[in-house]
Amino acid sequence: MANVVELSVPKSNSKIRVQTGLFINNDFVPSVDNIEPIRVYNPSTEEELCTVTAASAKDVDIAVAAARKAFRETWGKNVSGFERSRLINKLADLMERDKQTLAELECLNNGKPVKIARDFDIGDSIGCLRYYAGWADKILGQSIEIDHKTKIAITHPEPVGVCGQIIPWNYPIQMWAWKVAPALAVGCTIVMKPSEITPLTALKLSELVKEAGFPPGVINTIPSLGSVGGLALAAHRGVDKVAFTGSTVTGRKVMEAAANSNLKKVSLELGGKSPQLVFASADIEQAANWAALGILYNTGQDCTAGSRLYVQDNIYDKFVATLAAKAKELVIGDGFDERSGGGPVVSKTQYDRVWSYIESGKKQGARVIVGGERRTTPGYWVDATIFTDIRPDMKIVEEEIFGPVLSVGKFHTEQEAIDLANDTTYGLAAGLHSTDQAQCHRVSSALEAGTIWINQYNVLYNNVPFGGKKQSGVGRELGSHALDEYISTKAVHWNYGENIEWPL
Amino acid sequence: MSTTTFSHEFNYETFKGKVSFPTGIFIDGQFSAGSDNTTIDVINPSTGKVVTSIAEGTAKDVDRAAAAAKRAFETSWGLKIPGARRGELLYKLADLIEQHSDELAALEALDNGKTFNLAKGLDLGMSVGTIRYYGGWADKIHGQVIETHEGNLSYTRHEPIGVVGQIIPWNFPLLMMAWKIGPALATGNCIVLKPSEFTPLTALRVCSLINEAGFPPGVVNVVTGYGEIAGRAISEHLGIDKVAFTGSTLVGRKVMEAAARSNLKNVTLELGGKSPNIVFNDADLDLAINWSSHGIYFNHGQCCCASSRIFVQSGIYDEFLKRFTAKSQTLKLGDPFGSDSHQGPQVSQIQFDRIMGYINSGKEQGAKVHLGGERHGTEGYWIQPTIFTDARPDMRIVQEEIFGPVCVIIKFENEEDVLRQANDSLYGLAAAVFTKDITRGIQFAHSLHAGTAWINCTNSLYPNVPFGGFKQSGIGRELGEYALNNYTNVKAVQVNLGVRI
Repeated sequence: MANVVELSVPKSNSKIRVQTGLFINNDFVPSVDNIEPIRVYNPSTEEELCTVTAASAKDVDIAVAAARKAFRETWGKNVSGFERSRLINKLADLMERDKQTLAELECLNNGKPVKIARDFDIGDSIGCLRYYAGWADKILGQSIEIDHKTKIAITHPEPVGVCGQIIPWNYPIQMWAWKVAPALAVGCTIVMKPSEITPLTALKLSELVKEAGFPPGVINTIPSLGSVGGLALAAHRGVDKVAFTGSTVTGRKVMEAAANSNLKKVSLELGGKSPQLVFASADIEQAANWAALGILYNTGQDCTAGSRLYVQDNIYDKFVATLAAKAKELVIGDGFDERSGGGPVVSKTQYDRVWSYIESGKKQGARVIVGGERRTTPGYWVDATIFTDIRPDMKIVEEEIFGPVLSVGKFHTEQEAIDLANDTTYGLAAGLHSTDQAQCHRVSSALEAGTIWINQYNVLYNNVPFGGKKQSGVGRELGSHALDEYISTKAVHWNYGENIEWPL
Repeated sequence: MSTTTFSHEFNYETFKGKVSFPTGIFIDGQFSAGSDNTTIDVINPSTGKVVTSIAEGTAKDVDRAAAAAKRAFETSWGLKIPGARRGELLYKLADLIEQHSDELAALEALDNGKTFNLAKGLDLGMSVGTIRYYGGWADKIHGQVIETHEGNLSYTRHEPIGVVGQIIPWNFPLLMMAWKIGPALATGNCIVLKPSEFTPLTALRVCSLINEAGFPPGVVNVVTGYGEIAGRAISEHLGIDKVAFTGSTLVGRKVMEAAARSNLKNVTLELGGKSPNIVFNDADLDLAINWSSHGIYFNHGQCCCASSRIFVQSGIYDEFLKRFTAKSQTLKLGDPFGSDSHQGPQVSQIQFDRIMGYINSGKEQGAKVHLGGERHGTEGYWIQPTIFTDARPDMRIVQEEIFGPVCVIIKFENEEDVLRQANDSLYGLAAAVFTKDITRGIQFAHSLHAGTAWINCTNSLYPNVPFGGFKQSGIGRELGEYALNNYTNVKAVQVNLGVRI
């Protein structure tokens, strides 16, 4: 029998029930293989919260079969866009209803403050579901002129089929929403592998999927180690498409596995080392606010984190002093504490990783002007850390740290800024701060990134596409573009009047 | 500001309940009397008796409504509010209408005469679906970014037009309101809506739901009134930037003239039709009979796209006529609240007289009444399902829109000839063709001069499929993505990035 756990909510008498089995065909079931379960931790206390069932490759087979059956019989072409719209809206309603509980669960498992989880992560996720619910009955094909006498051509935007979706731990609920919404809107079925570090909210959301009325098998949730479940999905011959968000290293493996198996469609949202450029004409106070947000939001655990900052030399001293003061203002603490603006990093592994980068920065000769010192209390704490006097070859400048660690450099000319910004294999996002409109356009045109923020940072909208250039990814999420990732266009050439002669 | 309340007790097998809601001129979220304190009687077409009276809106009330709409547009609607929020409010309104389905269906049956079951199943279902559909568009009004050269950034914005006037008919009162307000609100416009003076009740009920949903005051304003007074005032208003009208071609002309004479406001029209239905020898006869019946008798024939000219190929003519007549005789005329009634009364005395006038003209011009042709009952405006045969193309019953349960069945032999006859009309709203030969079906659909061509069906509509007329059946399209174009102004923005001259 699959288990249920009850987690206590700090600072309150309430408990949150979580079903810890695998969610397949609208039921929580045990693994058929009984492998070692996944241990789930609270990163603020380092304590184990519970265990959840880990899916084996055989469990993945079962989930995929369930998704395939649903695609053939109750979803896909068997359900109208109107009905898909209704169900996705219903799911959004249920998330709205349960947002406090979901926020608390997210905080327990991921560490981010409850109010941020509720008002931003979950608020935006509800908006995302509603946005795609609105698209579900508007997936249009084309009718195309051939001649007006004997033929017509039409395109059918068909759902691609069974989709494996592998999501990360930095925005567990929001990444879930970004993935399921467009896939469901188009008519695909899903096998969802949440991160083994943060599986709890995906399991809780699965209860809402059932309550909303989705037919069994439309969404299946299988927490699993990346190397087991993730790889199994990427390599599965019964999966038509895999969508992965995570590190570039793992993204490569997903793409290889897809290529080696059945050439399934692949979309990837990978890492970044996104630069922010502050030009002399910028509003320094505002630019410093956005720069702080860019690296400190979500404790730097953001694929678009503005982790490199280049400031024009004639405003450098003033800007850096302003930024340093702002960075120190952020309160990183327990997510159930109202004062916290950020939480711990998500796990021991991440904690060790981020600190090893901080040590390497020091070792390679960069100067620490903010932070850089470990706390002594339990919890995976990393405070805001700013390095200056950087060189392009330093690890902290080249590699994605995924923590609240900023590298600050200087430039003289606009071209130099552009070159520094583009000198990376990544290309997810970039920000520029300037009040010179022509400069804004020139620089945004020259920056090699999928999202350019002008005079802001890290603000996304459900209706604006998002994704990476270069090694930051393949494909786009959000906006109408996300739909294309789940559509397989069929062109139908209908001859109703031409008879051909044979031989020609 | 005084408000009146309409209360009515329904006690039928199909619906039991008391309804009670405020009525009046609905401007800025409030109900009031009309500026002249005059009223319009609301008559129940089942009995011919007055049910209540409602405020009459005059040109002054239209002025007030347009001013409220303009204020709302500049402060709390239009581009002052994100599309996602507009969508949210539309979804909320759809939910409220759905929750009040029974009440609204009952009001529709009382006011319009259509059966409660039809109102509930079709009018309510599609109204809710249409508003939801447009709720989904509200945050998806995209412009384009267009490449010119690197020194120039060019993009378009699809801005709301502003204050739009909407004049709707009496045949599907609630549904026509939904078709109009959905795309207008999704794109950010503010509305002055005039329901038909014959059927104002459901529109008035929805006003309270609009408040309840949370729309800012002034976004939707409803002015009940006569066409020649309030409708004219809207069409000629200098403060209204666009008018959308559904009704007769005759009145549509007046709307367009008034718009031209006043401020050249944008005009879209959904007008009349005399839609042909062509049944070939190889048609699936049962299919054709059932759909053809639906095509003309649906909504008592009060359907702009009614397939009122039925062309039947000679090989099956006799069999078709026999079976279609039998089918027509199975349609039960009865009280709108009767659980097995198919057809209620026509909407008003005026319409009744009009239709009977056409029936008489058919008789006088020498067509044969094959079935019906008389009033049904002695109270209320019921007309028997009526079939004319042996009609000539020049007869009024063949050329003019009757808007009742009256069809003309015409025998044909030759494909080219029937295509010519089908297209020989000032109208071009819809057309249907029944055949098992898909090649012929598609070729006919492509050759018919009509905004909707149905192959092997009739009167089939969806919120996401566009609908509108060729020729004198209209200008513009409703439903689908296409309707958004009626309510947006394209602005091209060009940013010069350094080109000096």
